[in-house]
Formats: sequence, structure tokens, C-alpha cells
Amino acid sequence: MPRTLLLIGTRKGAFFLESDDRKTWELRGPFCEGWPVYHAIHDPKSGAIYAAAASEWHGQAVWRSPDLGETWTHSSEGIAYEPDGGRKISKVSTLAVSDGRLLVGVEAPGIFESRDEGQTWSLLSTLAGQPGSEAWDDPSNQPPGHLGISALTFDRDDPDRFWAIVQGIGLFETTDYAQSWTPRNRGLRADWPREHEEVGFCVHKFVRSPLDGDRMYQQNHVGMHRSDDGGSTWTEITEGLPTEFGFAAATHPHDRDTFYVIPLDPGHGRTMPDGHAAVWRTRDAGSSWQQLDQGLPQRDAYVGVLREAMAVDAADDPGLYFGTSTGQIFASTDEGDTWGQIADYLPPISSVEVATIE
Amino acid sequence: MADVRLPSTLQPLFPGLPRQLDVQAVSVGEVIDHLDRDYPGIRDRLCEPGPALRRHIHVYVDQERAQLDTSLADRCRVDIIAAISGG
Repeated sequence: MPRTLLLIGTRKGAFFLESDDRKTWELRGPFCEGWPVYHAIHDPKSGAIYAAAASEWHGQAVWRSPDLGETWTHSSEGIAYEPDGGRKISKVSTLAVSDGRLLVGVEAPGIFESRDEGQTWSLLSTLAGQPGSEAWDDPSNQPPGHLGISALTFDRDDPDRFWAIVQGIGLFETTDYAQSWTPRNRGLRADWPREHEEVGFCVHKFVRSPLDGDRMYQQNHVGMHRSDDGGSTWTEITEGLPTEFGFAAATHPHDRDTFYVIPLDPGHGRTMPDGHAAVWRTRDAGSSWQQLDQGLPQRDAYVGVLREAMAVDAADDPGLYFGTSTGQIFASTDEGDTWGQIADYLPPISSVEVATIE
Repeated sequence: MADVRLPSTLQPLFPGLPRQLDVQAVSVGEVIDHLDRDYPGIRDRLCEPGPALRRHIHVYVDQERAQLDTSLADRCRVDIIAAISGG
């Protein structure tokens, strides 16, 4: 029987939640020696788990466990810019893996790759020359969080094709494994002056339908958006949501029109509006939205959910999971209609990913 | 020969690394070179590219704050500490 493994990155290390039936869960951890873990992923091909972590004291590294958390190693060999180039790495923000290619996104914005399962790394791209790149290294130009490359998303079938989000700048696509890039932000809204036509958008989270690669959704700083043409153009679908702001988003594994978001207070609090926890779902690609709050705290719940902190598995009755800034994990196995809390008292949660272990 | 003391936060990262060891070196940088030969990767945990000591890694030679180029006298004590910081 397959096991479900939730990989949870927190401000104080990584944790796993493991279950045979998605009803009872066993917590393991903390892993990665209490380093802040920004993202942890599972490579289904090799079985390895990787965690991007950055310690205040000992710097940034990518941790690797070949045996589901029993043992760990770490390496940052090669994750560095030339010392005389003026660029420094403050953190490793996000991970992606496909076909033996392991990528890590860093700040200052750049992407490093490993072809030996995280033992050694080399610089793949800084997106140099893209509009906006002339100023994005300057910390004073960066949004809080200083994530740099905040997300990387591989195409499922073509390992030369992937998307990168530059925090506060926008979404970029490459089809030749980072030799060239195309900004993919047309149609997005920005409520601030922009110096370039193609960039200057604050893309928080980008997801693709596993059924239809041209169907994409994104939670933006100002609104939800959908693309039906592989990111060439975007259409806003915010109407019906309680706020235009949020970080997390997830697609349904079996329905291209169903999609989940967690709207947050757009001010600097960035917690669930009015202390009322809810996930919102559309079943018609954003034409209408339903509030899903059964089993979630209904009052005095001023919790946030960050961009990588919601995940969905691929079961016939897909499991939805999200982690909060106050250390809870909530889960649903009925498409979000009802929720249960499966962990509490964890450190503030940065990321949640789900793996099915055969 | 320097008497080198290491922070406890390094032990879980490098199996077999002692808290205290003797190192033949003429500078703090050489101490770290020596450590990195025996425990590959430890330099990255202590230094930024440049190299320079990481912001929250402090080194003292005979109780005086030191940098990578600080010279070592024979039988000096080198304390490498993870500074008190954070939350």
C-alpha cells in the first residue's frame, strides 16, 4: 500500500508527516539541524529528498537524504558567485528536479544545477540581460524576503523547458535549458509604475494543470490570473474572492478547471481575513469561487500560508494539505469540502510538498 | 601547533569532527584549509566566497578577535565560535 509523505520546511528545520491511510499521521524530525528550510522536495526517480536551507551562522546548502530521512548529507560546493563580481548568495530559496537535473534558485537571483544528486553544483543562469536584471541584484530594489528566484517549475515531459519566478519581477520561461529566456507576464495587473513593459509584476505562485500544460494559474500580489495558452497571455480571475492577495495555490490533479487558493489580508499582516481560516476553490477555471472552511478555525485564527506551503497529491480522491505560519498542518481528502488538523506546534512553516511512496 | 576549538553546531554536519584538535598552521586561514582537507565542505560553513569569515562566525586567537589572515604563534589557542545571535 502506498504511503503518503508530507515534506515540511520550517524556520527550524524540516519535518515529515507520514501516513498509510491519510487519516493517522506520524511526525518525524526535525531534520537539517534546525536550519531554516525554505523548500523540501522528493525526487520520484531517485527516491532522494532534497531540502534548501540557509543558516544564519553556517550559510546556505542543499541537504540530501537518500533514505527518506534516515541519513542526511549536505553540500554547497559550487553554489557561489565569483567573489570579485559583487554578487553574493544570501539564501537558497527553491528546488526543482527532473530527469537527473536538480536545480536550486538563489538570491541574488540565479539558478544553480547539480547533475550528481546534489554533491556538486555549477551556475546555470542568472537570467542576465532580461528586462529588470540591471537592477534586481540591489537589495534595496528587492521585496521583503529576498528570495531571488522564488520558484522553479519543470515541464513534465521536456527537461529543457522550465519556468522561473524572479521575486518582484515576474515569470520567465526557457525552452532550451536556460540558454535563453522569455518573460511570460502579458495581461498581468500591476498597481505600481513599471520601467519595462514585460516585467515588474509580483508573481507569488505559479502552477500548471497536470492534465493540460497550457492551463496555468497564478496567485499574484494583485490578483488571481489564469492562462490558457501556456503563459503567453494571462486573464485576471480575482472576482468572487475575498481579497486579491495570497501566496499559496494548487491545481486539481484530475480536473483542469479546479484550482485552490488561500486569500490573505493584502496589508502587511498577510493573515487570513478577519481571523477566519478558509481555502477557496473554483471548479470553473475562476468564473466562480467557493469558500471551504469546514473543519478550519472560524475565529481568531490570524494565520498566514506562504507560497510553497500548499500541496495536493495525485490520488483518485486527492489529498490537499497546507501549512501555516503558526505551525499547523491541515488536510482534506474530499476536495477541500472538509478539513482536519494533522499537526500542530511546529515552527513557522515555509513549504509543504507531498510524495507518494510505493 | 595551534589548539583549535570548534563550535558544537559543526559536529552534526561533519561526522567524526572533534570539538578540539591540534592543527599545524601559521594563520587562521591555514587552520581552515587544514580542516577542509580532512572534512570537505567545512570551509563553506565558516567562510563566504572571497574568502572571508561568515558574519556570525567569530574567531579568537588567544582571546583576541581574529580574521583569516591573523598569524598564529606556536601553541596558541584558536576559538572558532558561532556567535550568539538569532532567535
